[in-house]
Amino acid sequence: MKELSLHILDIAQNSLVAGATLIEVSVNANTETDILRIEITDNGKGIAPEVLPIVMDPYTTSRTTRKVGMGLPLLKDACEMSGGSLTITSEVGKGTAIKAMLGYGHIDRQPLGDISGVIMLLVSANINVDFIYKHSLNGNEYIFDTREIKEVLEGLPLNSPEVYKLLKEMLSLNLDEIQIR
Amino acid sequence: MNKVKSLADLKKMKEQLQGKIDLREKGESPEGRVQIKVAMATCGIASGAKTVMEFLIDELEKRSIDAVVTQTGCMGYCYAEPTIEVKLPNQEPVVFGYVDTQKADEIVEKYIKNGELVDGIIPMNYNTIDN
Repeated sequence: MKELSLHILDIAQNSLVAGATLIEVSVNANTETDILRIEITDNGKGIAPEVLPIVMDPYTTSRTTRKVGMGLPLLKDACEMSGGSLTITSEVGKGTAIKAMLGYGHIDRQPLGDISGVIMLLVSANINVDFIYKHSLNGNEYIFDTREIKEVLEGLPLNSPEVYKLLKEMLSLNLDEIQIR
Repeated sequence: MNKVKSLADLKKMKEQLQGKIDLREKGESPEGRVQIKVAMATCGIASGAKTVMEFLIDELEKRSIDAVVTQTGCMGYCYAEPTIEVKLPNQEPVVFGYVDTQKADEIVEKYIKNGELVDGIIPMNYNTIDN
């Protein structure tokens, strides 16, 4: 896992498995404070209080197909490598919030990578889930909200190749103007 | 064609999109389409599942194959990631392992187009792939 956008793809998967219907991802960079914040918030089933302290343990997983769960530990490691940290808060029945803080200019900070590609994969592979993506650099923000898009497209499927291509183009055009490395 | 940048631009494109989709989906039921699931857990992503999924979405459209590409969790074949499950209409799903873009191309050309089996099939012994 060498790009932050791939970590986002991975962590969002947890939200999907938790039955979330709305997932908000935000990437917020500030060159002044030299901090890159990544937050993934969902309205899924949440994590039980007794499990919460051990979720960062790679040998903790709720899956039955295997005994390891590497997603969160890998992201935590990526944060700490850049002088940052990862915190997770959750309430059963309400949802979970993952907050990653990284050193923006730190030499060991992984690059953001293809974030528009990742967001579009999540959107097109899970058309019944809504996604909000907030992308901001030094206060200059772009918000991509599938609830607004679905309203405009009035029932056209977001996973049809035509719509996928157009939305991907729209997202990358806007993100190109707010480039976070 | 003008580039779509805002929701207003998107709205202008709506009718054109609608037309294209209606034309393609006429008389097609979801069961009649090829269904592909890409395993997208930590193991899959770390092995390049994102690249494979984007390749499939782009190439299936270019080759005019009507398919739905979605993602799923880890199937327990972490050693063989990226893995994909392909379900042809009215057939049992087949799971392929070690799928890079080259393998994905072979699966599209041989299995999806002609029903010919290709190397890399993982025998299925699970009931659910979501847990």
